[in-house]
Amino acid sequence: MKKTAIAIAAVLIAGTAGSSAQQKPAVDTAKIGAAIVAAFPTAPADWKSRFEQDETMKECSIHENSPPKAVADAIQKREKARIEYPADGKLVGDWKAGERLAQSGYGLRFTDYPARNPNGGNCYACHQLTKAEVSYGTIGPTLLNYGKIRNFSEADTKAAYEKIYNAQAAYPCSNMPRFGTNKVLTIDQIKNLVALIMSPDSPVNK
Amino acid sequence: MNKGLIILAACCAAVAAAPFALAQDETEKGVEKYRQMLKEDPWSNPGLLDADRGEGLWKTAAGPNKVSLEKCDLGKGAGVVDGVFAELPRYFADASKVMDLETRLMWCMEKLQGWKHADLVKKPYPAGGQPVKDLGAIATYVASKSSGMKYAAKLDKPEEKAVVDAGHAIFFRRQGPHDFSCATCHNDSGKRIRLQGLPYLADPKEAKQVIGQWPAYRVSTTQVMTMQHRMYDCYWQMRMPELEMGSDVSVALIAYLTKSAEGGEIAAPGLKR
Ligand code: HEC
Ligand code: HEC
Repeated sequence: MKKTAIAIAAVLIAGTAGSSAQQKPAVDTAKIGAAIVAAFPTAPADWKSRFEQDETMKECSIHENSPPKAVADAIQKREKARIEYPADGKLVGDWKAGERLAQSGYGLRFTDYPARNPNGGNCYACHQLTKAEVSYGTIGPTLLNYGKIRNFSEADTKAAYEKIYNAQAAYPCSNMPRFGTNKVLTIDQIKNLVALIMSPDSPVNK
Repeated sequence: MNKGLIILAACCAAVAAAPFALAQDETEKGVEKYRQMLKEDPWSNPGLLDADRGEGLWKTAAGPNKVSLEKCDLGKGAGVVDGVFAELPRYFADASKVMDLETRLMWCMEKLQGWKHADLVKKPYPAGGQPVKDLGAIATYVASKSSGMKYAAKLDKPEEKAVVDAGHAIFFRRQGPHDFSCATCHNDSGKRIRLQGLPYLADPKEAKQVIGQWPAYRVSTTQVMTMQHRMYDCYWQMRMPELEMGSDVSVALIAYLTKSAEGGEIAAPGLKR
């Protein structure tokens, strides 16, 4: 019994060692942070916050997006608390405006100033959403029929709002941006995106 | 040369006209076909024009000091070009720094030719459609002189190891309004952004296939792009400010990627979408 346990442990250790290209290095994160600041000397003063990491970014970086359970739980709790809801309680906006946002990758790049358009959500960069749009990425899962599969339920509509507002409240260290919390998208824009994936008349669900 | 460009133009026009999901596959197939042709007829590679220009620039007296770069030591002694790229990045004692090819060339342009650092880093990359700038052309020339060799940068000195480790940490460092790190887009196999394929760069198998192709001629922007420029462009997508050429961050990332690609074949200038 004991022998098997040791053998299994050995396999597990060998398994993790073999799966990553290069071993996680022990590095001084403060030094890395300073190198980042120094590498972008022409950054405008109001961009300096982009060098900084909040607690969640720090944890996800150190753990290479696979946080141990306790860390993952802490991230989830913290990010959930950062979600803000519409004052009127309505979570669903206009899917047509949502589709335009899903297409647009505009915003926040150094070539996007002075701003000529509202920030986009760029959902198609990572997700399939409609049958009509064939130029979609695969970093995230397909969202085809997202609402239909969920019977357009109220609970899932709320979950969709929360997902877009702060992806890490449901999935710690998700590769998906925290659009609401990071102030990339406004609450109204997020409502339009909820409409895109959750309304029965949206092309996502046709 | 001409034949190559015509075939290339034909393949890509066909792709541009194809409004369906296979477009990515088609582009990749077109580019792959062209790569195959390059193997049979290496002179059909448009990037070689810049390598030629770079060779001329390497040998021409320039800068305030009016000297050529022929005394520049890229790691194997002053003036040696053949095979040096296969052993970069490396630690240079005279600069007390680990340097990749472009950073080292910049150093030589400063120390030998007398250019000012601030001027060299000011607008180092061309706008779309414009030819690669002089330093990039020289880098293309030098890299082409290691084509066919395998990456053999040792990166085993303590200074070099520290830089590779820093590059590894930076690869996973999330920041900015989209929470992006390099790993968001390059830490899995077979993924794509819209229709653009994303190599899994932390994986030696995939890194070996692509890293040795830089500097590369990009069909989409009809110009040679260098590795430092590639880093700059990915940080642009990450909603970060302009990454300085030769910064510790770009050198560390290049060292990490090169380590990941160790043993891979160099085929520079390569060809990219
Ligand atoms: C950079 C990549 C990226 C972008 C951009 C992105 N997502 Fe995601 N998304 C992901 C990933 C990865 C997942 C899976 C992990 C998770 O659930 O967080 C995901 C998951 C989701 C889910 C949950 C799927 C499920 O199975 O329940 C929804 C809904 C979603 N995304 C909607 C959106 C919308 C709407 C946008 C645009 C505003 C968007 N995403 C932009 C990467 C992205
Ligand atoms: C938001 C997505 C995204 C992020 C984040 C990102 N990249 Fe990229 N990267 C791309 C895309 C898309 C391409 C391919 C571009 C093309 O086909 O023209 C690419 C190409 C590359 C290539 C060339 C690959 C090849 O095929 O030869 C390298 C090397 C690279 N990226 C490194 C990095 C590094 C290092 C970072 C972090 C500093 C990074 N990338 C961050 C999207 C990204």
